[in-house]
Amino acid sequence: MKQGTIHNKDRFLNKVADRLNRKRITEEVQLPTWSKQPQYEVFDGLSQDELLDQFVLQCDAIHTNVIVTEADKLNDDFDKVIQDMGGGSIVHWDDPRFESFGLDSALKKQQEQGTDVHCWNYQLGEANIKKAEQANIGITFSDMTLTESGTVVLFSDKGKGRSVSLLPQRYVAIIPKSTLVPRMTQAAEKIHEIAKEQGRMPSCINFISGPSNSADIELRLVVGVHGPVQATYIVVDDK
Amino acid sequence: MGVRIGSEKFFDRVDKGINNEFMRKAVVEAQTRLEGRKTKTQEEMGNWEDWRDLSEEIRQHTLDNLDFYLEQFAENVAEQGGHVFFAESAEEANDYITNVVKKKNAKNIIKSKSMVTEEIGMNEALEETGCNVVESDLGEWILQLDDHDPPSHIVVPALHKNKEQIRETFHEKRQYSNSSDPNELALFAREQLRKDFLSAEVGITGCNFAVAESGSVSLVTNEGNARLATTLPETQITVMGMERIVPTWKELDILVSMLCRSAVGQKLTSYITGLTAVKEDGDVDGPEEFHVVIVDNGRSKILGTKYQSALQCIRCAACINVCPVYRHVGGHSYGSIYPGPIGAVLTPLLDGYEDHKELPYASSLCAACTEACPVKIPLHELLVEHRKDIVEKTGKIGFAEKMAMKGYAKAASNPNLYKMGTNMAPSYIKSIAKSEEDGKGKGVGPVKLWTNIRDLPESDGNSFRKWFENRSKGGDQ
Repeated sequence: MKQGTIHNKDRFLNKVADRLNRKRITEEVQLPTWSKQPQYEVFDGLSQDELLDQFVLQCDAIHTNVIVTEADKLNDDFDKVIQDMGGGSIVHWDDPRFESFGLDSALKKQQEQGTDVHCWNYQLGEANIKKAEQANIGITFSDMTLTESGTVVLFSDKGKGRSVSLLPQRYVAIIPKSTLVPRMTQAAEKIHEIAKEQGRMPSCINFISGPSNSADIELRLVVGVHGPVQATYIVVDDK
Repeated sequence: MGVRIGSEKFFDRVDKGINNEFMRKAVVEAQTRLEGRKTKTQEEMGNWEDWRDLSEEIRQHTLDNLDFYLEQFAENVAEQGGHVFFAESAEEANDYITNVVKKKNAKNIIKSKSMVTEEIGMNEALEETGCNVVESDLGEWILQLDDHDPPSHIVVPALHKNKEQIRETFHEKRQYSNSSDPNELALFAREQLRKDFLSAEVGITGCNFAVAESGSVSLVTNEGNARLATTLPETQITVMGMERIVPTWKELDILVSMLCRSAVGQKLTSYITGLTAVKEDGDVDGPEEFHVVIVDNGRSKILGTKYQSALQCIRCAACINVCPVYRHVGGHSYGSIYPGPIGAVLTPLLDGYEDHKELPYASSLCAACTEACPVKIPLHELLVEHRKDIVEKTGKIGFAEKMAMKGYAKAASNPNLYKMGTNMAPSYIKSIAKSEEDGKGKGVGPVKLWTNIRDLPESDGNSFRKWFENRSKGGDQ
């Protein structure tokens, strides 16, 4: 990758140091141990099942449908969700988990029934975005799932386009139960580890909590503004 | 636009605010609701004070080591293919941004909500070069369509407008013909703006927090517009105030959690997006070119002073949502894009006392702001510091106050004169204490502002000295 440029750094940062009445810092700053760390107390010691109960409660607060299912019932529940959302056209990630959870056959079935199903294919370039823009339903897996806030965390990758969870009218996230963690703290720690390893960060990490919304008009909640107008989570037991 | 909004005088702005009944009702409702939601999540957490202590510590540590973290951030951005521009002034920032846009031959720009771009007047600078700049946050879009009506709240910018007015604006500017139902209005905005998103060559965003360790910028939104502005256009420009940074993702977790809770009472908003430089090889969506502009514009003057804690601000508006003065006068009265208690502290620091000398006095010093602040900025104490500085450094003090103090000095230096004064005061006060039906009391000077709307409490005719003498003799206490 081509290195980017940095302009005016020294003039700017010298002034900052000067204002702070000291010289520029040249050694790496060590983070202090913070005197309080309440973030680790949230849902501490809860089992996966207990986390799931809390997660389902939170989804209600963020206007998100949630379906909890077993691996052998996943396909049926998946079909039902697609049907409830009005079918039409689907765009989904190119993600090996579709196959490992057996959803490839459910998608194939949709296709046979006349649904336009598009799998994100980076070799097709811009055409993917057009497909996503016209799709009724976008489907992704969750890479990490935050119980406290009802959030799915998505790491971008060439098969995992950003547009899939953004441009379609409706959004479905498949959540393996094992991905549930208490809160953003655990996801931040994982990303912190990625950042520490020398190398490229995923260019986009999305924390998505339900459908898009706004309260900009008289503070009245409107569900569905620029992103999807409806969101459904399917939690599947993957033990 | 700049920090300052309009050229009206402070008291004229306040009068306008006080007489705008819809706005005042809207503000009261908004404050009640937003503050209620914040309090509810605080209670759910149970250990809110621990979270505040932690957040304050993080912000203080970051500011104390700001040059280090900014350098680390800049290097990480560049290493991953992004460009970094350090801008000391609004002009430098705008020159750089307009140049990037020019080089791309871009005309259509889509923007997500950003206070700092308002502060530096970026839209105007781009429009002067012939660009079409579209605000995509619903509130900001409404204001933009309505001939650039200024924002009145930093989180809910169009708070002062009702849905009928919004419907009217949509109708007049975009031939909208449906109802004033917020759902229909929002749907219309979605349809209109989708076209703008798809045709924009450049997306411009603000930055809630940059992360030094990874060179990432994070955006906190509910509508999804910031995601669109960073997914579709080929070029992304992010503009950030230089203090808007955290050391690692672990601290980002804490401050984002505090921001969402304090601003709107959500655990997390619908979208928290962490973006790192340009798209990776093989990525279809995301920008090919990424620029981040780090803006000083007066902030460094605050570092190392007694006001440094003002830079801890995470722009949640919790102080605005509890302020009794904001509740009565509304956002436009402050004459600044940063209203409320934080605005009263920050605006004179960024833009000088000359145009904003009244702001530190636009507070009852009740300290509700300080108590609400998730990063523990001692807001009301900073307002007192401003008042001290205004008097000591600029000598700016009202004529009435000056005369009153002069008179008092004279009277207090002569025992007979002092005695005469305290004996006469009760009957004089009685003569001016009554407010009148027409809202024009008889009071003079600062008393008039009081008697215009209510009676001044009357004295019982007893002076402290008389009362004390009487008490020493064992009289009524």
